Amino acid sequence: MSGSNLIEVQSVSFAYDQRPVLKNINLVVPRGKVVSIMGGSGCGKTTLLRLIGGQLKPSSGSVKVDGESVETLSASQLTRLRRKMGMLFQMGALFTDLNVYENIAFQMREHTDLPEAIIYDLVMMKLHAVGLHGAYKLMPSELSGGMARRVALARAIALDPMLIMYDEPFAGLDPISLGVIGILIRKLNDALGATSIVVTHDVQESLKIVDYVYMVSDGVVVAEGTAEEIRSSTLPFVHQFVWGETDGPVAFHYPSESYSDLLLGRTL
Amino acid sequence: MRAIIRIPASIGHYVNDRLWRLGYASRFLFIILIQSGTCLIRPRLVLRETYFIGVQSLIIILVSGMFVGLVLGLQMYDTLERFGSGEGVGTVVALALVRELGPVLSALLFASRAGTAVTAEIGLMKTTEQLSAMEMMAIEPVARVIAPRFWAGIISLPLLTSMFNVMGIFGGYLVGVKLLGVDEGIFWSQMQATVDFREDVLNGIIKSVVFAVAVIMIAVFEGYNSPPTAEGVSAATTRAVVTSSLAILALDFVLTAFMFRGI
Repeated sequence: MSGSNLIEVQSVSFAYDQRPVLKNINLVVPRGKVVSIMGGSGCGKTTLLRLIGGQLKPSSGSVKVDGESVETLSASQLTRLRRKMGMLFQMGALFTDLNVYENIAFQMREHTDLPEAIIYDLVMMKLHAVGLHGAYKLMPSELSGGMARRVALARAIALDPMLIMYDEPFAGLDPISLGVIGILIRKLNDALGATSIVVTHDVQESLKIVDYVYMVSDGVVVAEGTAEEIRSSTLPFVHQFVWGETDGPVAFHYPSESYSDLLLGRTL
Repeated sequence: MRAIIRIPASIGHYVNDRLWRLGYASRFLFIILIQSGTCLIRPRLVLRETYFIGVQSLIIILVSGMFVGLVLGLQMYDTLERFGSGEGVGTVVALALVRELGPVLSALLFASRAGTAVTAEIGLMKTTEQLSAMEMMAIEPVARVIAPRFWAGIISLPLLTSMFNVMGIFGGYLVGVKLLGVDEGIFWSQMQATVDFREDVLNGIIKSVVFAVAVIMIAVFEGYNSPPTAEGVSAATTRAVVTSSLAILALDFVLTAFMFRGI
């Protein structure tokens, strides 16, 4: 572990009530890189993001962001740290009562005393970066899924964060929007000199843009490596996940008693 | 045997759950009060919510107030006339409105018009992760979303109650004076002589402030704690209006007992 890592997750475990979600996880995110955390639905990916963002506290272990242990920070320290973070939520999470312009200006108005003219220029620059400066007057309800995601991306980078977190940025998008979002994640990360974490289960799209991949299953990291290493992995879980096979260590059927017993009503 | 254990166990569980929720709500109220500094620094936030919560409830309050006054005028005149004191209709309408009907009915209407809107809005903000997004932007959702609505509710309801009372008295005037022919001078002078500002009007306004705290607190609490699903928001909205209505009626009894009976 060194100063070159922006995030260090050390032996972190987390449980919702009695249900363990993460089990002794270790991972690092080097500065300036785009790192993907992949895994099936419910494997704990989003929980990991929430732990990094300080919205949840680990049951054990430590999450360090920029050298600070998130779980030990006071509310004001956490607020200060979060100002250096941007997050893109799964469905965008745009403020539905504000138009596109106001959504992006929101953080600037809350956290800075910039004059309106400067805010206007900054908002337009952010919107231009995601190709939507022409949509600044639209309300969130008037945007397509892909456009909403791009506006949310512009909002996430509003204050030029050092860390950008993406929670399922590709979910529910058409192929064109999917490609656009992928390219934007990579380009914005490099242009801003930021560090990005992409939580996704969209393997093919994310492997095109990321530097490093962690694969999580059942609360533990089961594989890690570069995109190429993941693609060529012979580990059964990784192979099944990358190539979307129905047969493999991840069973198609939810665990249950004998099917024939259920059909014959013996267990009722 | 199992049922014998199960019934008290489920009652105990229910009581425990209610008490826990009450404690949680009290803690939430405390957090709102602590986080209310933003509202003082940026009163525009409260002003904006006062428009949505208060001004937009005005129509239903004014129309209801008018009809309540009209009906009250008719009913009271009919009853009073049996004792030969029909001209006292103004006094009775005014006292009934400022002491009781104004605060209670306005609060019930406010709970169903504004309270449900607040619960549903906050619940949906939670469901669509807008509150989480705010938190991740280092903006405290309680300070930015909850507290302005809370204070807007407390400002709005007493004002709406006053409007309700004015419209109700005007309705009583229309029925009593214009329709049934009660002398206008007697109508107003009796009302002026009988209705006491401190005893009647001020107590009515105090009631509406208490109702406002209860209604808006329940509305924001239910919205903020609703499960982030369509079903969860729907259940929270229903719970908000039912709990608010019962709270208004129960509080009204307690307040009336203290204010007008001197218990």
